Amino acid sequence: MREITASGQTVEEAKENALRQLGLMEDQVNVEVIDEGKKGILGVFGSKRAYVKVQEKVDLVKVGEQFLVNVTNEMGVNVEVQTTEGENEIVYELVGEKIGLLIGKRGQTLNALQYLTHLAVNKIDQDQYVTVVVDAENYRYRREETLSQLANKLAYKVMRNREAVKIEPMPSFERKIIHTALHDHSDVSTHSEGKDPNRYVVIKPKEE
Amino acid sequence: MKALIETIVQPLVDYPEEVNVSVEETDEKIRYHLTVNENDVGKVIGKNGRIAKAIRTVVHAAGSDINKKIFVDIM
Repeated sequence: MREITASGQTVEEAKENALRQLGLMEDQVNVEVIDEGKKGILGVFGSKRAYVKVQEKVDLVKVGEQFLVNVTNEMGVNVEVQTTEGENEIVYELVGEKIGLLIGKRGQTLNALQYLTHLAVNKIDQDQYVTVVVDAENYRYRREETLSQLANKLAYKVMRNREAVKIEPMPSFERKIIHTALHDHSDVSTHSEGKDPNRYVVIKPKEE
Repeated sequence: MKALIETIVQPLVDYPEEVNVSVEETDEKIRYHLTVNENDVGKVIGKNGRIAKAIRTVVHAAGSDINKKIFVDIM
């Protein structure tokens, strides 16, 4: 991360000097004013130069991309990472061979990669927080469909047997899919029990 | 595989140069031993071992074609 201190007659001029030295545009940096300076009499006597500290912003999108490329390479898989940037969200799509290995049983490897990438990206800058999604072959969408169907099937079973059902442990974003799917259900309610990473959803009959 | 563990862990810690992985291999199993600076231990284990579990999951996926049990010990 590059950082310099520059001076000028005014804050604006100091900032321009810094940007010229770094060869960057204004939206690529964080600027901190150290001294606003003084104009002085006739612009000469008692004048003080303005000082600014300019720091290159780290591109979080690139950090995550690089992390995924490095890790998958070391796993012996050749993938391309395609990135979509949303507001406070970065979606990385892994495209290539041996995607099944990267997804894993019930997406556990993909979820692990997503969690680790999230940690690597959000470690960089305490002032920026982003949600990280790692996807491959549309797995997230397919999983959502599967989980919604599972939720409805289990809800039917709970209704019929008048007995609560526990679902296997899942990460929070998957539990949310179950909760959402049964949110407006007339006969069952859902809640989660246990501690992450073993927290799981329970579907139970609504009390009469 | 040693390099994989280092590649995962180094970006997560404050002292990446102190990340060290040693290997112990027998006929049935491979044991990786990960050590980090003592201030970074929490950053590789995580709340309820969540980060350690994610590291192990990725390592196991990468080692799925190896016919041995793989262990990743931390500290």
